[in-house]
Amino acid sequence: MRGATQAKFAAGAIAIALAATACSTSSNSSSGSGSNANGVVTAWWGDPQNPLIPTDTNEVNGGAVLNMIFEGLQHYNPKTGVAELANAQSITTTDQQHFTITLKPGWKFSDGTPVTASSYVDAWNWGAYLPHAQNNTDPFFTSIQGYDAVHPATGSPTATTMSGLKVVNDTTFTVALTQKFSLWPDTLGYSAFYPLPQSFFKNPTAWEAHPVGNGPYVIKSWTKGTGMSLTPNSTYSGNYKPKNGGINLKVYTDPNAAYADLQAGNLDIDNGLSTTALKTVQSDLNGRYLNEPAGINQTISFPLNQPQWNTAGAKLVREGLSMAIDRPTITKVIFQNTRTPATDWTSPVLGAEGGFSSTLCGDVCTYNPTKAKQLIQQGGGIPGGQLTISYNADGPHKEWVDAVCNSINNALGNTNACVGKPVGTFAQFRNQIQSKQMTSAFRTGWQMDYPLIQDFLQPLFYTNAASNDSHYSNPQFDSLVNQANAASTKATAVSDFQSAEKLLVTDLPSIPLWYQNGTVGWSSNVSNVSLDVFSVPVYTNITVNK
Amino acid sequence: MGRYVIRRLLQMIPVFIGTTFIIFTMVHALGDPVAALFGDKAPDPAVAAQIRQQLGLDNPLIVQYGDYMKGIFTGDLGTTFSGQPVTELLKTAYPTTLKLTVVAFTFEVIIGIGLGVLSGMRRGHLADTGVMVMTLIVISIPTFVIGYVLQYLFGVKWGLADATVPEGAPIQSLLLPGFVLASVSLAYVARLTRTTIAENSKADYVRTAVAKGLPRRRVVTHHLLRNSLIPVITFLGTDLGALMGGALVTERIFNIHGVGYYLYQGIVHQSTSTVVGFVTVLVIVFLLANLLVDLLYAVLDPRIRYA
Repeated sequence: MRGATQAKFAAGAIAIALAATACSTSSNSSSGSGSNANGVVTAWWGDPQNPLIPTDTNEVNGGAVLNMIFEGLQHYNPKTGVAELANAQSITTTDQQHFTITLKPGWKFSDGTPVTASSYVDAWNWGAYLPHAQNNTDPFFTSIQGYDAVHPATGSPTATTMSGLKVVNDTTFTVALTQKFSLWPDTLGYSAFYPLPQSFFKNPTAWEAHPVGNGPYVIKSWTKGTGMSLTPNSTYSGNYKPKNGGINLKVYTDPNAAYADLQAGNLDIDNGLSTTALKTVQSDLNGRYLNEPAGINQTISFPLNQPQWNTAGAKLVREGLSMAIDRPTITKVIFQNTRTPATDWTSPVLGAEGGFSSTLCGDVCTYNPTKAKQLIQQGGGIPGGQLTISYNADGPHKEWVDAVCNSINNALGNTNACVGKPVGTFAQFRNQIQSKQMTSAFRTGWQMDYPLIQDFLQPLFYTNAASNDSHYSNPQFDSLVNQANAASTKATAVSDFQSAEKLLVTDLPSIPLWYQNGTVGWSSNVSNVSLDVFSVPVYTNITVNK
Repeated sequence: MGRYVIRRLLQMIPVFIGTTFIIFTMVHALGDPVAALFGDKAPDPAVAAQIRQQLGLDNPLIVQYGDYMKGIFTGDLGTTFSGQPVTELLKTAYPTTLKLTVVAFTFEVIIGIGLGVLSGMRRGHLADTGVMVMTLIVISIPTFVIGYVLQYLFGVKWGLADATVPEGAPIQSLLLPGFVLASVSLAYVARLTRTTIAENSKADYVRTAVAKGLPRRRVVTHHLLRNSLIPVITFLGTDLGALMGGALVTERIFNIHGVGYYLYQGIVHQSTSTVVGFVTVLVIVFLLANLLVDLLYAVLDPRIRYA
């Protein structure tokens, strides 16, 4: 980005030098009232890394297309993130462990074949089957009975289908989970759970070249590496019918190229804004810009497996460290306000109803250097005398880690209290965490799999959970999570999860820093641009101005 | 001549094997490509092992290289992680890069040699000084700055050209990126031409040609230029290879989906087969471009004979 900054600067300087030629900017804003239902929207895109199979796509570019060409059992409301029934007529359970799913009749894939219970069951079984090497199965299918048989941690699978999935008839199937999971139905809006048509199982390679789904759009043409053109699907039966005449996705490798196209009017939607662009985007686009929290949070974790960090005094030290971090200033100066200071361990996209709280962390997450110093002294000082914050040097982390350390050093009046500790690559960094080699703090981040409070707590803080990087273990926390998973209503489940989360405020296995924001800028050509809870533009809602 | 060409072609074999092996090893040293597939998440060990086995990544490096070379001779350059054959990528990338190369090369030859002749013939005059100052400026500014500035001015501010190159890369939208890509080499070509023209215009054979009453135009084109262009041709030849290598920077700025773009994409995704496949083809292009240059010497200078 430094190069780009220089370029912008040079561009400015030369523009001034050439001011004598006095060329006026041509404005092509013709925003009239009303919209053109046949208008096509041109949108920013990146080349998907994997084939566009729902169980193989775990990055945003492939995910954006899957959400357009598929509709699952549930659909996350683009505004609130609440899971609403889509292809499912009902999802019922009596014990929070065995679920019966009934489909709405008459739904069709865009090739005309019906969407049946087998479309789901076969797709899930296919995705979970280890030899298919799909990289988006964990944690989505792990809770289904029989997952271990088709996807063992070592060795070959002993079955090709999961025993927990049973087709009852064309529109009904049942799912048995390994344990109680009350919010499980709400996970079903995620792309890994999408159905697949018969044509996929007959010839996956041919399907990959021309993916066929049951969503609001169909793929009209796809030039790999260059772009994709999507048109509304006439056989779509859901509630999110497109309000435009189609979407043209255009692949960019350089965010600055996309931004130049956006300004030149060749691109309508740009959700790949670079840090350089973010500095001037407000004035460049006359406010046609959105910046709001996404389902991603950043934290600093502590190795609680190390005895020196697992004492009562160390708890106070962690509390003090949290208070020593000036979140508002760092998010403003380092991140141009594209991060929002954190107030809990979840994300604002959940909404209050989903379990987000703007007060949960309270004073512990509020900058208070005096109290911070006092708490750290009371707790016996930083274990080892110095705090190091490890981060992977191949990611954009140095700047903020240094800023956090400065903030801590200033609060403590000691220039050596905290230093950043770069680790070469992300793989090495993960390795050190997993093999319990961390001796001091390290950066952690979490991107939600689905908008559920469960996803922000259980995988990260439940004893021995897959991503429990701080090796936190609190029986009370575990039992509250179990209780929440067995709850019969969503409201009880959420409040039980919040009770569990409150334990984190005193135990502080990790310090919440901030929520990452999603950003999008758009041209004067389109209206009604918004971001969903995954920070992907809500393509179906975009209208083209007349 | 024929024997010379055959000898050169034979020399290419060890160079080819050596370069591909070095590239192959270097891409492997970059890190685990399977981990890159999982983005910011910790890879599922079972799936990672499965993918490694399917792609043959669990074999020793030398075995993998052997398999790869076997593939090359059957026209199979491997597939990317998204399941596309690399040969298909090459087919889409090369026409675009070739078009861009032609545009840039035309700029280089016409403007570069033109300016060089102009300033070489008028040493010390205003035109000469002007060309020298201009080329110095161009050489000292990095390409990406020239690229972003021209893109901003022509594409965004004045709307005279496409800010980025649309799908299919029509020639008129390649003019701006072609000029940016050619700019630095163009400046070198101009300076190189100027120097050799300046030297040779004092040579005996030019004086003789003038003395025997040949028209000035004929003296310049047939005697002066033909002899002065040898070092320029060397430069242009190697530059042709460099241009075909896909201008990573220019292609990114103007979003041109050519060789540089796919190469970059391959590096980002740590896709060994993409990177090695493209570089392999590039190596061949470079080798052939060099051979072509050497053969052109003989055409330009009758004193040079290959046996």
